[in-house]
Amino acid sequence: MVQKLATLKESPSQTAGPYIHIGATPNWVEITGVWEEDLGLVLIGPETKGEHIIIKGRVFDGSGTPLKDALIEIWQADADGLYNSPEEKRGKADPNFVGWGRQPTDGVTGEYRFETIKPGRVPYKDGRPMAPHITFWIVARGINIGLHTRLYFSDEEAANAECPVLARIEHKHRVQTLVATRGQENGLPTYTFDIHLQGEKETVFFDI
Amino acid sequence: MRRPTRRREGETGMSDQGSFYQRDRSWHPAALTPQYKTSVLRSPQYPLLSLDNTISEMTGPRFGHNRIGPLDNDLIRNFAKTGDPIGQRIIVYGRVLDENARPVPGALVEFWQANAGGRYRHRKETYLAAMDPNFGGCGRAITDEEGRYWFRTIKPGAYPWPNGVNDWRPAHIHFSIFGHAFAQRLITQMYFEGDPMIWQCPIVSTIPDKAGVEQLIAALDRNATLPMDSLAYKFDIVLRGRRSTMFENRMEGN
Repeated sequence: MVQKLATLKESPSQTAGPYIHIGATPNWVEITGVWEEDLGLVLIGPETKGEHIIIKGRVFDGSGTPLKDALIEIWQADADGLYNSPEEKRGKADPNFVGWGRQPTDGVTGEYRFETIKPGRVPYKDGRPMAPHITFWIVARGINIGLHTRLYFSDEEAANAECPVLARIEHKHRVQTLVATRGQENGLPTYTFDIHLQGEKETVFFDI
Repeated sequence: MRRPTRRREGETGMSDQGSFYQRDRSWHPAALTPQYKTSVLRSPQYPLLSLDNTISEMTGPRFGHNRIGPLDNDLIRNFAKTGDPIGQRIIVYGRVLDENARPVPGALVEFWQANAGGRYRHRKETYLAAMDPNFGGCGRAITDEEGRYWFRTIKPGAYPWPNGVNDWRPAHIHFSIFGHAFAQRLITQMYFEGDPMIWQCPIVSTIPDKAGVEQLIAALDRNATLPMDSLAYKFDIVLRGRRSTMFENRMEGN
Protein backbone atom coordinates (compact mmCIF):
# COMPACT_ATOMS: atom_id res chain seq x y z
CA MET A 1 0.00 0.00 0.00
CA VAL A 2 1.09 3.55 -0.66
CA GLN A 3 -0.02 6.69 1.07
CA LYS A 4 -3.51 7.93 0.31
CA LEU A 5 -3.95 11.17 -1.61
CA ALA A 6 -5.90 13.74 0.37
CA THR A 7 -8.24 14.40 -2.53
CA LEU A 8 -11.93 13.55 -2.73
CA LYS A 9 -13.90 12.18 -5.67
CA GLU A 10 -16.48 14.42 -7.29
CA SER A 11 -20.04 13.36 -6.44
CA PRO A 12 -21.27 11.22 -9.32
CA SER A 13 -23.86 12.87 -11.55
CA GLN A 14 -27.40 11.53 -11.78
CA THR A 15 -30.03 12.47 -14.32
CA ALA A 16 -32.11 15.58 -13.66
CA GLY A 17 -35.20 13.47 -14.36
CA PRO A 18 -38.47 14.68 -15.89
CA TYR A 19 -39.43 16.93 -12.99
CA ILE A 20 -36.43 19.21 -12.67
CA HIS A 21 -38.80 22.15 -13.07
CA ILE A 22 -40.04 21.59 -9.51
CA GLY A 23 -36.63 22.60 -8.20
CA ALA A 24 -35.37 24.87 -10.99
CA THR A 25 -38.45 26.69 -12.26
CA PRO A 26 -41.23 25.92 -9.76
CA ASN A 27 -43.45 28.83 -10.81
CA TRP A 28 -43.38 27.46 -14.36
CA VAL A 29 -45.09 24.28 -13.07
CA GLU A 30 -47.60 26.17 -10.93
CA ILE A 31 -45.76 25.74 -7.66
CA THR A 32 -46.37 29.32 -6.70
CA GLY A 33 -45.83 31.23 -3.51
CA VAL A 34 -42.64 29.44 -2.50
CA TRP A 35 -40.42 32.03 -4.14
CA GLU A 36 -41.47 35.01 -6.14
CA GLU A 37 -39.80 34.36 -9.45
CA ASP A 38 -37.81 31.56 -10.99
CA LEU A 39 -34.07 32.21 -11.23
CA GLY A 40 -32.56 32.94 -14.61
CA LEU A 41 -35.71 33.77 -16.59
CA VAL A 42 -34.70 37.37 -17.22
CA LEU A 43 -31.19 38.24 -18.36
CA ILE A 44 -31.47 41.83 -19.48
CA GLY A 45 -33.07 45.11 -18.47
CA PRO A 46 -33.36 48.51 -20.15
CA GLU A 47 -29.91 49.51 -18.91
CA THR A 48 -28.04 46.45 -20.14
CA LYS A 49 -25.38 47.41 -22.67
CA GLY A 50 -25.09 45.61 -25.98
CA GLU A 51 -27.08 44.34 -28.92
CA HIS A 52 -30.41 42.93 -27.79
CA ILE A 53 -30.94 39.48 -29.34
CA ILE A 54 -33.17 36.44 -29.09
CA ILE A 55 -31.85 32.91 -29.01
CA LYS A 56 -34.20 30.04 -29.63
CA GLY A 57 -34.17 26.45 -30.73
CA ARG A 58 -34.99 22.91 -29.80
CA VAL A 59 -33.14 19.89 -28.48
CA PHE A 60 -33.59 16.74 -30.57
CA ASP A 61 -33.10 13.12 -29.58
CA GLY A 62 -31.69 10.44 -31.88
CA SER A 63 -35.10 9.85 -33.50
CA GLY A 64 -35.47 13.54 -34.40
CA THR A 65 -38.06 14.18 -31.70
CA PRO A 66 -37.72 17.43 -29.72
CA LEU A 67 -37.25 17.07 -25.97
CA LYS A 68 -40.16 18.57 -24.07
CA ASP A 69 -38.67 18.06 -20.63
CA ALA A 70 -35.17 19.51 -20.96
CA LEU A 71 -33.70 22.44 -19.07
CA ILE A 72 -31.09 24.70 -20.60
CA GLU A 73 -28.74 27.04 -18.80
CA ILE A 74 -26.57 29.60 -20.55
CA TRP A 75 -23.54 31.51 -19.32
CA GLN A 76 -21.98 34.35 -21.27
CA ALA A 77 -19.82 37.46 -21.15
CA ASP A 78 -21.22 40.97 -21.40
CA ALA A 79 -21.01 43.17 -24.48
CA ASP A 80 -17.37 43.99 -23.69
CA GLY A 81 -16.37 40.37 -23.19
CA LEU A 82 -16.29 40.46 -19.38
CA TYR A 83 -17.92 37.89 -17.11
CA ASN A 84 -20.01 38.99 -14.16
CA SER A 85 -18.19 36.68 -11.75
CA PRO A 86 -15.77 37.13 -8.84
CA GLU A 87 -13.32 34.99 -10.86
CA GLU A 88 -13.23 37.68 -13.55
CA LYS A 89 -10.05 39.69 -12.89
CA ARG A 90 -9.73 41.60 -16.17
CA GLY A 91 -12.21 44.32 -15.29
CA LYS A 92 -15.68 45.05 -14.05
CA ALA A 93 -18.53 43.55 -16.05
CA ASP A 94 -21.75 45.44 -16.85
CA PRO A 95 -23.57 45.61 -13.48
CA ASN A 96 -26.88 45.37 -15.36
CA PHE A 97 -26.09 42.00 -16.86
CA VAL A 98 -25.70 38.80 -14.88
CA GLY A 99 -24.91 36.66 -17.92
CA TRP A 100 -26.64 33.53 -16.64
CA GLY A 101 -30.01 32.30 -17.84
CA ARG A 102 -32.19 29.25 -17.39
CA GLN A 103 -35.17 28.14 -19.48
CA PRO A 104 -37.13 24.92 -19.82
CA THR A 105 -37.94 23.64 -23.28
CA ASP A 106 -41.65 24.09 -23.94
CA GLY A 107 -43.84 21.20 -22.78
CA VAL A 108 -45.71 21.12 -26.11
CA THR A 109 -43.38 22.41 -28.84
CA GLY A 110 -40.02 21.70 -27.23
CA GLU A 111 -38.77 25.20 -28.02
CA TYR A 112 -36.55 27.17 -25.66
CA ARG A 113 -36.03 30.90 -25.86
CA PHE A 114 -33.68 33.43 -24.26
CA GLU A 115 -33.64 37.19 -24.58
CA THR A 116 -30.11 38.39 -24.02
CA ILE A 117 -27.34 40.48 -25.57
CA LYS A 118 -24.62 39.47 -27.94
CA PRO A 119 -21.43 38.85 -25.95
CA GLY A 120 -18.06 40.40 -26.70
CA ARG A 121 -14.94 38.35 -27.37
CA VAL A 122 -12.99 36.79 -24.51
CA PRO A 123 -9.44 35.45 -24.66
CA TYR A 124 -8.41 31.81 -24.95
CA LYS A 125 -5.88 30.67 -22.35
CA ASP A 126 -2.94 31.75 -24.55
CA GLY A 127 -4.40 35.23 -25.02
CA ARG A 128 -5.75 34.84 -28.56
CA PRO A 129 -9.36 36.04 -28.84
CA MET A 130 -12.07 33.40 -29.05
CA ALA A 131 -15.05 34.18 -31.26
CA PRO A 132 -18.11 35.49 -29.40
CA HIS A 133 -19.89 32.54 -27.86
CA ILE A 134 -22.40 31.49 -25.22
CA THR A 135 -21.87 28.41 -23.07
CA PHE A 136 -24.82 26.01 -22.98
CA TRP A 137 -25.53 23.35 -20.37
CA ILE A 138 -28.31 20.86 -21.11
CA VAL A 139 -29.93 18.49 -18.65
CA ALA A 140 -33.00 16.27 -18.98
CA ARG A 141 -34.49 12.90 -18.25
CA GLY A 142 -32.25 10.34 -19.97
CA ILE A 143 -29.17 12.58 -19.83
CA ASN A 144 -26.97 11.06 -17.15
CA ILE A 145 -24.52 13.94 -16.90
CA GLY A 146 -25.14 17.52 -18.03
CA LEU A 147 -23.94 18.30 -21.55
CA HIS A 148 -21.70 21.32 -22.20
CA THR A 149 -21.63 22.99 -25.57
CA ARG A 150 -21.23 26.46 -27.08
CA LEU A 151 -23.29 28.66 -29.34
CA TYR A 152 -21.38 30.70 -31.94
CA PHE A 153 -22.88 33.34 -34.26
CA SER A 154 -23.38 32.96 -38.01
CA ASP A 155 -22.61 36.65 -38.61
CA GLU A 156 -19.15 36.34 -37.02
CA GLU A 157 -17.52 34.42 -39.84
CA ALA A 158 -14.10 36.04 -39.52
CA ALA A 159 -13.97 35.60 -35.76
CA ASN A 160 -15.23 32.03 -36.00
CA ALA A 161 -12.54 31.24 -38.58
CA GLU A 162 -9.77 32.22 -36.14
CA CYS A 163 -11.35 30.89 -32.93
CA PRO A 164 -8.84 28.58 -31.24
CA VAL A 165 -11.63 26.43 -29.77
CA LEU A 166 -13.44 25.89 -33.07
CA ALA A 167 -10.05 25.14 -34.62
CA ARG A 168 -9.77 22.12 -32.35
CA ILE A 169 -12.72 20.39 -34.01
CA GLU A 170 -11.14 17.75 -36.19
CA HIS A 171 -14.11 17.05 -38.45
CA LYS A 172 -14.65 20.47 -39.96
CA HIS A 173 -18.24 19.88 -41.08
CA ARG A 174 -19.14 19.51 -37.40
CA VAL A 175 -18.17 23.14 -36.66
CA GLN A 176 -21.51 24.14 -38.16
CA THR A 177 -23.34 22.31 -35.35
CA LEU A 178 -22.19 25.11 -33.04
CA VAL A 179 -23.13 28.04 -35.26
CA ALA A 180 -26.55 29.64 -34.69
CA THR A 181 -28.28 31.09 -37.73
CA ARG A 182 -29.17 34.76 -37.67
CA GLY A 183 -32.70 35.83 -38.61
CA GLN A 184 -35.27 38.44 -37.56
CA GLU A 185 -38.26 38.33 -35.25
CA ASN A 186 -40.32 41.41 -34.33
CA GLY A 187 -37.44 43.58 -35.47
CA LEU A 188 -34.95 41.83 -33.20
CA PRO A 189 -32.01 39.77 -34.39
CA THR A 190 -32.89 36.16 -33.65
CA TYR A 191 -30.44 33.30 -33.62
CA THR A 192 -31.74 29.76 -34.04
CA PHE A 193 -29.64 27.15 -32.31
CA ASP A 194 -30.91 23.58 -32.49
CA ILE A 195 -29.11 20.96 -30.47
CA HIS A 196 -28.92 17.37 -31.69
CA LEU A 197 -28.07 14.77 -29.08
CA GLN A 198 -27.41 12.06 -31.69
CA GLY A 199 -27.31 11.34 -35.36
CA GLU A 200 -25.67 12.87 -38.42
CA LYS A 201 -26.12 16.37 -37.08
CA GLU A 202 -24.95 15.53 -33.55
CA THR A 203 -23.84 18.72 -31.80
CA VAL A 204 -20.23 18.97 -30.66
CA PHE A 205 -20.26 18.56 -26.87
CA PHE A 206 -17.28 19.45 -24.71
CA ASP A 207 -15.51 17.76 -21.85
CA ILE A 208 -14.46 20.93 -20.07
CA MET B 1 8.80 22.18 -15.85
CA ARG B 2 9.45 25.88 -15.84
CA ARG B 3 9.99 27.92 -12.77
CA PRO B 4 6.72 28.90 -11.11
CA THR B 5 5.81 32.44 -11.95
CA ARG B 6 3.75 34.84 -9.94
CA ARG B 7 1.40 37.18 -11.64
CA ARG B 8 -0.01 40.48 -10.46
CA GLU B 9 -3.74 40.65 -9.90
CA GLY B 10 -5.50 41.78 -13.05
CA GLU B 11 -2.39 41.44 -15.14
CA THR B 12 -3.30 38.44 -17.18
CA GLY B 13 -7.03 38.51 -17.16
CA MET B 14 -7.45 35.25 -15.33
CA SER B 15 -8.19 34.24 -11.80
CA ASP B 16 -5.24 33.53 -9.54
CA GLN B 17 -6.43 29.96 -9.32
CA GLY B 18 -5.75 27.35 -11.92
CA SER B 19 -7.96 25.25 -14.10
CA PHE B 20 -10.12 22.44 -12.82
CA TYR B 21 -8.94 18.86 -12.54
CA GLN B 22 -10.07 16.78 -15.44
CA ARG B 23 -13.44 15.26 -14.76
CA ASP B 24 -13.15 11.53 -14.05
CA ARG B 25 -15.64 10.27 -16.60
CA SER B 26 -15.20 6.69 -15.41
CA TRP B 27 -16.58 7.72 -12.00
CA HIS B 28 -19.70 9.30 -13.52
CA PRO B 29 -22.40 7.41 -15.42
CA ALA B 30 -21.73 6.94 -19.12
CA ALA B 31 -24.10 8.74 -21.49
CA LEU B 32 -25.41 5.47 -22.90
CA THR B 33 -26.80 3.15 -20.22
CA PRO B 34 -29.33 0.82 -21.89
CA GLN B 35 -30.87 -0.36 -18.61
CA TYR B 36 -32.14 3.23 -18.31
CA LYS B 37 -34.05 3.25 -21.57
CA THR B 38 -34.47 6.97 -22.07
CA SER B 39 -30.69 7.34 -22.26
CA VAL B 40 -30.55 5.30 -25.48
CA LEU B 41 -31.79 8.07 -27.78
CA ARG B 42 -30.49 10.93 -25.65
CA SER B 43 -26.82 9.97 -25.41
CA PRO B 44 -24.23 11.61 -27.67
CA GLN B 45 -22.28 9.05 -29.69
CA TYR B 46 -19.29 11.09 -30.78
CA PRO B 47 -16.53 11.46 -28.21
CA LEU B 48 -16.70 14.68 -26.21
CA LEU B 49 -14.20 17.32 -27.34
CA SER B 50 -11.73 17.79 -24.48
CA LEU B 51 -11.21 21.46 -23.74
CA ASP B 52 -8.81 22.72 -21.13
CA ASN B 53 -10.73 25.35 -19.19
CA THR B 54 -10.94 28.84 -20.61
CA ILE B 55 -12.27 31.80 -18.69
CA SER B 56 -15.73 30.88 -20.02
CA GLU B 57 -15.71 27.75 -17.87
CA MET B 58 -13.68 29.08 -14.94
CA THR B 59 -16.22 31.79 -14.17
CA GLY B 60 -19.80 31.33 -13.10
CA PRO B 61 -22.79 33.12 -11.63
CA ARG B 62 -23.03 33.80 -7.91
CA PHE B 63 -26.21 34.06 -5.95
CA GLY B 64 -26.29 36.29 -2.90
CA HIS B 65 -27.73 35.21 0.43
CA ASN B 66 -30.32 37.98 -0.01
CA ARG B 67 -31.94 35.95 -2.80
CA ILE B 68 -33.00 33.34 -0.29
CA GLY B 69 -36.20 33.67 1.74
CA PRO B 70 -36.55 32.43 5.33
CA LEU B 71 -38.69 29.43 4.32
CA ASP B 72 -36.75 28.46 1.21
CA ASN B 73 -35.01 25.65 3.10
CA ASP B 74 -38.14 24.52 4.96
CA LEU B 75 -40.17 22.20 2.74
CA ILE B 76 -42.49 21.45 5.66
CA ARG B 77 -43.66 25.06 5.71
CA ASN B 78 -42.85 26.70 2.38
CA PHE B 79 -45.95 25.44 0.56
CA ALA B 80 -48.22 24.51 3.49
CA LYS B 81 -51.81 25.72 3.15
CA THR B 82 -53.85 24.04 5.87
CA GLY B 83 -51.26 22.32 8.04
CA ASP B 84 -48.04 20.34 7.87
CA PRO B 85 -47.48 17.83 5.06
CA ILE B 86 -47.89 14.11 5.79
CA GLY B 87 -44.72 12.13 6.26
CA GLN B 88 -41.60 11.39 8.27
CA ARG B 89 -40.05 14.69 9.34
CA ILE B 90 -36.35 14.83 8.51
CA ILE B 91 -33.44 17.26 8.44
CA VAL B 92 -30.89 16.99 5.66
CA TYR B 93 -27.58 18.70 6.24
CA GLY B 94 -24.05 18.57 4.93
CA ARG B 95 -21.25 20.46 3.31
CA VAL B 96 -20.34 21.33 -0.24
CA LEU B 97 -16.64 20.60 -0.70
CA ASP B 98 -14.28 20.52 -3.64
CA GLU B 99 -11.97 17.67 -4.61
CA ASN B 100 -9.22 19.31 -2.54
CA ALA B 101 -11.53 18.78 0.48
CA ARG B 102 -11.95 22.52 0.87
CA PRO B 103 -15.37 23.98 1.64
CA VAL B 104 -17.21 25.81 -1.15
CA PRO B 105 -18.89 28.83 0.45
CA GLY B 106 -21.66 30.74 -1.30
CA ALA B 107 -22.76 27.73 -3.36
CA LEU B 108 -26.41 27.69 -4.40
CA VAL B 109 -27.91 24.28 -3.61
CA GLU B 110 -31.39 23.55 -5.00
CA PHE B 111 -33.39 20.45 -4.12
CA TRP B 112 -36.67 18.88 -5.21
CA GLN B 113 -38.50 15.69 -4.37
CA ALA B 114 -41.71 13.68 -4.34
CA ASN B 115 -44.10 13.72 -1.39
CA ALA B 116 -44.32 11.00 1.25
CA GLY B 117 -46.44 8.85 -1.08
CA GLY B 118 -43.92 9.12 -3.91
CA ARG B 119 -45.87 11.64 -6.01
CA TYR B 120 -44.42 14.80 -7.54
CA ARG B 121 -46.28 18.08 -7.88
CA HIS B 122 -45.89 18.37 -11.66
CA ARG B 123 -48.36 18.63 -14.54
CA LYS B 124 -46.86 15.60 -16.29
CA GLU B 125 -46.92 13.36 -13.20
CA THR B 126 -49.40 10.48 -13.55
CA TYR B 127 -48.70 8.22 -10.55
CA LEU B 128 -51.90 7.39 -8.66
CA ALA B 129 -50.53 8.17 -5.18
CA ALA B 130 -52.30 11.08 -3.55
CA MET B 131 -51.17 14.68 -3.84
CA ASP B 132 -50.44 16.37 -0.54
CA PRO B 133 -52.04 19.82 -0.52
CA ASN B 134 -49.41 21.01 1.91
CA PHE B 135 -46.32 19.89 0.06
CA GLY B 136 -44.69 21.63 -2.89
CA GLY B 137 -41.42 19.72 -2.95
CA CYS B 138 -38.84 22.39 -3.75
CA GLY B 139 -36.28 24.24 -1.69
CA ARG B 140 -32.90 25.93 -1.84
CA ALA B 141 -30.04 27.13 0.32
CA ILE B 142 -26.72 28.91 -0.05
CA THR B 143 -23.73 27.44 1.75
CA ASP B 144 -22.15 29.40 4.59
CA GLU B 145 -18.45 30.21 5.02
CA GLU B 146 -17.72 26.60 5.93
CA GLY B 147 -19.65 25.22 2.97
CA ARG B 148 -22.57 24.08 5.12
CA TYR B 149 -26.21 23.89 4.08
CA TRP B 150 -29.27 22.36 5.68
CA PHE B 151 -32.97 21.99 5.11
CA ARG B 152 -36.06 20.47 6.66
CA THR B 153 -38.48 18.29 4.75
CA ILE B 154 -40.43 15.04 4.85
CA LYS B 155 -38.92 11.79 3.65
CA PRO B 156 -40.01 11.18 0.04
CA GLY B 157 -41.68 7.90 -0.90
CA ALA B 158 -40.48 5.35 -3.45
CA TYR B 159 -42.46 5.27 -6.68
CA PRO B 160 -42.88 3.16 -9.84
CA TRP B 161 -41.80 4.58 -13.18
CA PRO B 162 -42.16 3.52 -16.79
CA ASN B 163 -38.90 1.82 -17.74
CA GLY B 164 -39.24 -1.89 -17.16
CA VAL B 165 -42.82 -2.96 -16.49
CA ASN B 166 -42.17 -2.93 -12.75
CA ASP B 167 -39.25 -0.61 -11.99
CA TRP B 168 -39.26 1.50 -8.85
CA ARG B 169 -37.13 4.42 -7.80
CA PRO B 170 -35.74 4.26 -4.29
CA ALA B 171 -36.61 7.23 -2.07
CA HIS B 172 -34.42 10.11 -3.20
CA ILE B 173 -33.98 13.86 -3.25
CA HIS B 174 -32.68 15.64 -6.36
CA PHE B 175 -29.85 18.17 -5.93
CA SER B 176 -28.58 20.89 -8.25
CA ILE B 177 -25.38 22.66 -7.21
CA PHE B 178 -23.63 25.79 -8.45
CA GLY B 179 -20.04 26.14 -7.27
CA HIS B 180 -17.85 29.09 -8.23
CA ALA B 181 -17.37 28.18 -11.87
CA PHE B 182 -19.60 26.87 -14.62
CA ALA B 183 -17.19 23.92 -14.96
CA GLN B 184 -18.40 22.76 -11.54
CA ARG B 185 -22.10 22.65 -12.43
CA LEU B 186 -23.61 19.41 -11.15
CA ILE B 187 -26.96 17.69 -10.76
CA THR B 188 -27.22 14.53 -8.70
CA GLN B 189 -29.50 12.62 -6.35
CA MET B 190 -29.36 11.71 -2.67
CA TYR B 191 -30.43 8.31 -1.39
CA PHE B 192 -31.16 7.11 2.15
CA GLU B 193 -29.04 4.78 4.25
CA GLY B 194 -30.42 1.28 4.55
CA ASP B 195 -32.80 1.37 1.57
CA PRO B 196 -32.60 -2.01 -0.24
CA MET B 197 -34.18 -0.49 -3.35
CA ILE B 198 -31.07 1.55 -4.07
CA TRP B 199 -29.40 -1.59 -5.41
CA GLN B 200 -32.31 -2.48 -7.68
CA CYS B 201 -32.63 0.85 -9.47
CA PRO B 202 -31.69 1.19 -13.19
CA ILE B 203 -30.80 4.86 -12.69
CA VAL B 204 -28.60 4.28 -9.66
CA SER B 205 -26.88 1.45 -11.52
CA THR B 206 -25.72 3.86 -14.24
CA ILE B 207 -22.96 4.73 -11.76
CA PRO B 208 -20.20 2.24 -12.55
CA ASP B 209 -18.54 1.92 -9.15
CA LYS B 210 -20.22 0.75 -5.94
CA ALA B 211 -18.18 3.32 -4.02
CA GLY B 212 -19.62 5.99 -6.31
CA VAL B 213 -23.16 4.92 -5.40
CA GLU B 214 -22.23 4.92 -1.73
CA GLN B 215 -21.06 8.52 -2.10
CA LEU B 216 -24.69 9.42 -2.85
CA ILE B 217 -26.20 7.62 0.16
CA ALA B 218 -26.88 9.97 3.05
CA ALA B 219 -26.02 8.67 6.50
CA LEU B 220 -28.60 8.56 9.27
CA ASP B 221 -27.15 10.78 12.00
CA ARG B 222 -28.75 10.13 15.36
CA ASN B 223 -26.69 12.90 16.95
CA ALA B 224 -28.21 15.51 14.67
CA THR B 225 -31.82 14.45 15.19
CA LEU B 226 -34.24 16.73 16.97
CA PRO B 227 -35.57 14.57 19.82
CA MET B 228 -39.33 13.98 19.57
CA ASP B 229 -39.34 15.88 16.26
CA SER B 230 -37.14 14.97 13.26
CA LEU B 231 -34.62 12.40 12.08
CA ALA B 232 -31.44 13.72 10.45
CA TYR B 233 -29.40 12.65 7.42
CA LYS B 234 -25.94 13.87 6.52
CA PHE B 235 -25.18 14.41 2.83
CA ASP B 236 -21.89 15.96 1.74
CA ILE B 237 -21.47 16.95 -1.90
CA VAL B 238 -18.13 17.15 -3.71
CA LEU B 239 -17.61 19.49 -6.67
CA ARG B 240 -14.62 19.58 -8.96
CA GLY B 241 -11.41 21.00 -7.52
CA ARG B 242 -8.90 23.26 -9.21
CA ARG B 243 -5.16 23.36 -9.46
CA SER B 244 -3.07 25.62 -7.34
CA THR B 245 -1.21 28.07 -9.56
CA MET B 246 1.96 27.62 -7.52
CA PHE B 247 3.40 24.99 -9.81
CA GLU B 248 1.29 25.50 -12.85
CA ASN B 249 3.08 25.45 -16.13
CA ARG B 250 1.86 28.48 -18.02
CA MET B 251 2.14 29.25 -21.66
CA GLU B 252 3.88 32.42 -22.81
CA GLY B 253 1.63 35.41 -22.90
CA ASN B 254 -0.56 34.11 -20.14
